[in-house]
Amino acid sequence: MYTQALNTAEADDRHVEDAARAAQFQARIDAEERIEPNDWMPAAYRKTLTRQISQHAHSEIVGMLPEGNWITRAPSLRRKAALLAKVQDECGHGLYLYAAAETLGTSREELVDAMLAGKAKYSSIFNYPTLTWADIGTIGWLVDGAAIMNQIPLCRCSYGPYARAMIRVCKEESFHQRQGYEIMLTLCRGSTEQKAMAQDALNRWWWPVLMMFGPPDATSQHSDTSTKWKIKRFSNDELRQKFVDATVPQAQYLGLAIPDPGMTQDADGHWRYSEIDWAEFKQVLAGNGPCNRDRMAARRKAHEDGAWVREAAAAYAAKRQHRQTAQAAE
Amino acid sequence: MATPNTPLWEVFIRSRNGLAHKHVGSLHASDATMALQAARDIYTRRGEGLSIWVVPSTAITASDPAEKGMMFEPAETKIYRHPTFYEVPDEVGHM
Repeated sequence: MYTQALNTAEADDRHVEDAARAAQFQARIDAEERIEPNDWMPAAYRKTLTRQISQHAHSEIVGMLPEGNWITRAPSLRRKAALLAKVQDECGHGLYLYAAAETLGTSREELVDAMLAGKAKYSSIFNYPTLTWADIGTIGWLVDGAAIMNQIPLCRCSYGPYARAMIRVCKEESFHQRQGYEIMLTLCRGSTEQKAMAQDALNRWWWPVLMMFGPPDATSQHSDTSTKWKIKRFSNDELRQKFVDATVPQAQYLGLAIPDPGMTQDADGHWRYSEIDWAEFKQVLAGNGPCNRDRMAARRKAHEDGAWVREAAAAYAAKRQHRQTAQAAE
Repeated sequence: MATPNTPLWEVFIRSRNGLAHKHVGSLHASDATMALQAARDIYTRRGEGLSIWVVPSTAITASDPAEKGMMFEPAETKIYRHPTFYEVPDEVGHM
């Protein structure tokens, strides 16, 4: 249950964590039990999950921006309705995730404020621009495809509220990937210019999408404890390889070339990709990607422009409450 | 300035198949009317239900997980509350 979120964090964290409780906690994890909000948990588990779930939520919210850019310019009413529904879903996913994060004891308002202040990160992928309609197809096909690859194992994450939120998200995400692939298929079966547009979008998105799985296993700073706590079920490189293996045949069907001339298929059938440019990834994470400043400015403006709505709704609720209390007193 | 907190609501939905309202998640809204509208948008975008309840999270009293042993133990030892505890000869047939 999501309810008692806000009453546990501080009291628990102030205790010195004794080894017996920690061992008991790990035993529950090892037995595949789900951890629920009011259960005892190590402070580091709470902190890791708050960071991961809130960043996931921020990514859903910021993720509405690159696609929202094309709603008014979708090529048909059918495409427009689908894109609008997809962007609404991303908003819903952000809200499920904020609710799950809040059960760990930090309010949504604090989490959102941390993101607006630049203190919390969101997925690097949303700092790339959507230059043509083919980018919308590519995002659905690849960005949502990579997200599904990441999120399916999270449905079995040890933290109950996160796992339950991910089940809902994954059910809805499948539509996103299919609508993206359909856009790509339509473009690839269209004119030479349309097919070139699809290839150009794939060229620009391929490497940033591979970076979505995070740094290589050898350098990933969060993996060890996350694996021990069953927050993470597969390593970054394992998920990346699964994604590449699933995607190459889909690209072949479209007749598009993966922009990696060094890619080869090994004896086991795995597609081995070339070295990823991790310097670019670090730059984007550091705030120097093509759209970082735009995205943050858009989020801050939306938050500020919405302030009067929050204030008016709170004032109206307070007025009604006051009136009810006054009537009850009469 | 920190954003002021908006109240939290728990959302319950009754699906089409006639089952009871089931907890599906939570949301923030300043009053009950807005909570219902937000619940419609967040939790029923694909016809998930025919009825929604929203309840202020503060109105819920929950059992303490640390005391679940004491809370639920009395039921665990009373196996005679289950039909399979009782023996009925095969000749009697299904009962």
